[in-house]
Amino acid sequence: MPPHEVIERALEAADGPALIAFLTAGYPAADSFLDVLSQVEDAADAVEIGVPFTDPMADGVTIQRSSHAAIENGVSLRWILDRLAGRSTAPGSPPLLLMSYLNPLLTFGYDRLAARAREAGVSGFIVPDLPLEESAPFRACLEPEGLALVQLVTPATSAERLTELCGQSQGFVYAVTRTGITGGEVDLPTELTAYLRTVAEKSHVPVCAGFGVRSREQVQRIARHADGVVVGSALVEVLERGDSPGEFLTGLRP
Amino acid sequence: MSTNTATSSRAAGHARLLSDLVAGRLPDARGRFGPFGGCYVPETLMPAVHRLTEGVYRLLPDEAFQQRLNEELQDWVGRPTSLTRAAGLSARWGAEVWLKREDLTHTGAHKINNAIGQGLLARSIGAERIVAETGAGQHGVAAAAACARLGLPCVVYMGEVDVERQAPNVDRMHRLGATVVPVTSGDRTLRSAVNEAIRDWVTDPVGTHYLLGSAVGPHPYPYLVRELQSVIGREAKAQLTARAGMPDAVFACVGGGSNAIGLFHEFIGDEDVALVGVEAGGRGGALGENSATLSGGRPGVLHGAHSMLLYDDDGQIQETHSVSAGLDYPGVGPEHSLLQMIGRVDYVTASDEEALDAVAECCAAEGILPALESAHAIAGARRWAAENPGARILIGLSGRGDKDMPILRRFPVTSTGVEETAHAAS
Repeated sequence: MPPHEVIERALEAADGPALIAFLTAGYPAADSFLDVLSQVEDAADAVEIGVPFTDPMADGVTIQRSSHAAIENGVSLRWILDRLAGRSTAPGSPPLLLMSYLNPLLTFGYDRLAARAREAGVSGFIVPDLPLEESAPFRACLEPEGLALVQLVTPATSAERLTELCGQSQGFVYAVTRTGITGGEVDLPTELTAYLRTVAEKSHVPVCAGFGVRSREQVQRIARHADGVVVGSALVEVLERGDSPGEFLTGLRP
Repeated sequence: MSTNTATSSRAAGHARLLSDLVAGRLPDARGRFGPFGGCYVPETLMPAVHRLTEGVYRLLPDEAFQQRLNEELQDWVGRPTSLTRAAGLSARWGAEVWLKREDLTHTGAHKINNAIGQGLLARSIGAERIVAETGAGQHGVAAAAACARLGLPCVVYMGEVDVERQAPNVDRMHRLGATVVPVTSGDRTLRSAVNEAIRDWVTDPVGTHYLLGSAVGPHPYPYLVRELQSVIGREAKAQLTARAGMPDAVFACVGGGSNAIGLFHEFIGDEDVALVGVEAGGRGGALGENSATLSGGRPGVLHGAHSMLLYDDDGQIQETHSVSAGLDYPGVGPEHSLLQMIGRVDYVTASDEEALDAVAECCAAEGILPALESAHAIAGARRWAAENPGARILIGLSGRGDKDMPILRRFPVTSTGVEETAHAAS
C-alpha cells in the first residue's frame, strides 16, 4: 500500500475522531525526541513531526519558540531522518508526516528526499509555504514513493479552489478552522459546521480540522463534522511544561 | 564541443530573458522572472494575494489611478527629485558624477514612492488597515506618512535591534500616527519584522493590506514595487540625457533592491550602460558577517519568493550583518536574481568601513549627508571610477543620513575622515 493510503486508512480506522498530533522535533530536548515521539504515537492516530525553521512565518509564538529552540539543539531535517531511520517501530504504529517549510526541503535536495523519507518511515509532507500552484516539482519528487502532500483549505478558500485542493490532497485534507497563524485561543467559528460539511463533500480523503484546538469540548464539536482533528500548539505547550503528552492527548478524546 | 553547445544555448536563453524583460513580459503570468519569483505563501493568504494581484493589474494601467498617483508624487512627495551634478566627487575621482536625489523626497528616502502608491492601491481594493515592516525605519516612516495622508490606520513591525539603532525614526512613526510593534523573535532585525508583518496579515487577510517596502516577497509585490519605484530611473534618464547624455554606468545599493530596481529598470535595454548593484559587504566575506545575498548566496525560498538567499546547509536562513539597517536582510528581490543570472547587472559589495568613508566623502565634497545604505552605492562607484577614468557615472542616492546619527556618533569626524572610537564600539 502506498504511504499516502496508509495515512488515509489509519485516519479512517480511528476509534472516534482521528487525533493527529504535532510536535516539534527535538523540543524541548534533542535527546528525548524518540522517547517523546513514541509517547505521542501511543496516543495519536497520526503524527506530524515539525522540522524546525528559522523563519516560520505561518506559526504563532509557541511553535516559533519551539522551532528556534530545536535549531539551537542541533535539529535539522537530516538529523530527524537519521533518528527515524535508526529506530525500530512496531507494526501498526501511526503514520508519520513531516511538516516543514520549503527551504529545508529544497536544501536537502528533491532528488534524494523522497526515498530517504520513506526509508525513515515517513508517509507524507505538509508544507505551509507551498501553495498548490507552486507544488508541481515537489509532488513529482514524492510521487514515485507514493508519499502524500497534504493540502490545506481555509474558510476563505473559494468554492472552485476548494474543489481543486480537495481533489489534489493526499493523506487527508487539512481544514484550517479559522484564519490566522497556528496557536492561540479561539472559539470555533459558528460557520464552522457548514464549512466543514462542504469540505467533506468535496474530499475523497479524510478531513481533519486544526488551528486552535486545545480542549475535549472543541474536539467533540469538530468531530461531528470532520473525520479528525489536528492538535499542534497546545501539545507543544504540554511538552514545554514537561507534562505527559500521552495523558494530554488521551484526555482530548471524547 | 558539448560544453560549447551548452554554453551557447545558455547564452541564447539569457538573451531571450533579457529581451522578455525589456519588452515588459516579465514577470510572467505565474509571477516568474525566469526561474525566480513565484508566490510561496500559506493557503490562508491566497485569497488576499489574488485580490491584490487583480487590483495591481487593473489599477496600474488605469489612467485615473495614475493621475491620482502623479498628483501625490508632485504635490506631496516632491517629485521630480533633483539630479545633482556632483562637482566635488567628480574632481576627486576624475569622473563625471551625478546624483539622483531621492534623499530630497518627503520623509527622506525613495521608500515614499512605493508607500503612497500602495496606500492608494490598498484603499481602492477595499483594505481598511495597513501593516508594514521596516528595517532602517525609512519604509516605516513612509508608510506611516502615507497612511496619515490617506486616512488609514497603520501598524509597523520593527525588529528590536533596529528600534534601538534607528530610534529617531521610531519617534517619527509615532508622531505620524502609526503603532510601532518591536519584534523580539528571531534575529530581531528586518527579516523578523517581515515574518511578524506576514503573521499579522495572515490573521486578517481581507481587511488588511500588507504594505511591503521592498521589491521582495510573493508575486505581485516584486512587480508592484518595481512599477512604483521605476519613476526614479525614468526621471534620472530624462534629466541626465537632457543635461549631459547617457551614463556609462549606474550605481545603486541593494538590500531587498527596491531603489536599485527603480533606478535600473529604465536602463535595462540600454546595453551600453553598465549597471552595478552594491550589496553590504559588512565586516567580511564569512557567512553571517555581511548581507551580500547575490554575491554569497544561492537560490532558495523565503518570504514568498524563490530568489537568491543566504542560508546554511540545513536550509536555515543566516543571520546577516551590515552597519546599515536597511541592507541587513538575507534575501533579495527575484528580478535582481534574474539580472545577475543573465549578466545584465554586476553585483559587488562595499564594506561597512567603505560605506562610512563614503558618508564622510559625500559630506565633505558635496555637502550632502547620505544614508548609510546609499553610501554603499557611492563606495562602489568610487572604486569603479578609479578603473574607468573620465566616465559619466549616475549614482542613486536613495535616502538621507539624518536617521543614522545614532550610529554615526560612534564614528567621530577626524581630520582625515572618520575613525571608529575603540571604546564606543565595545
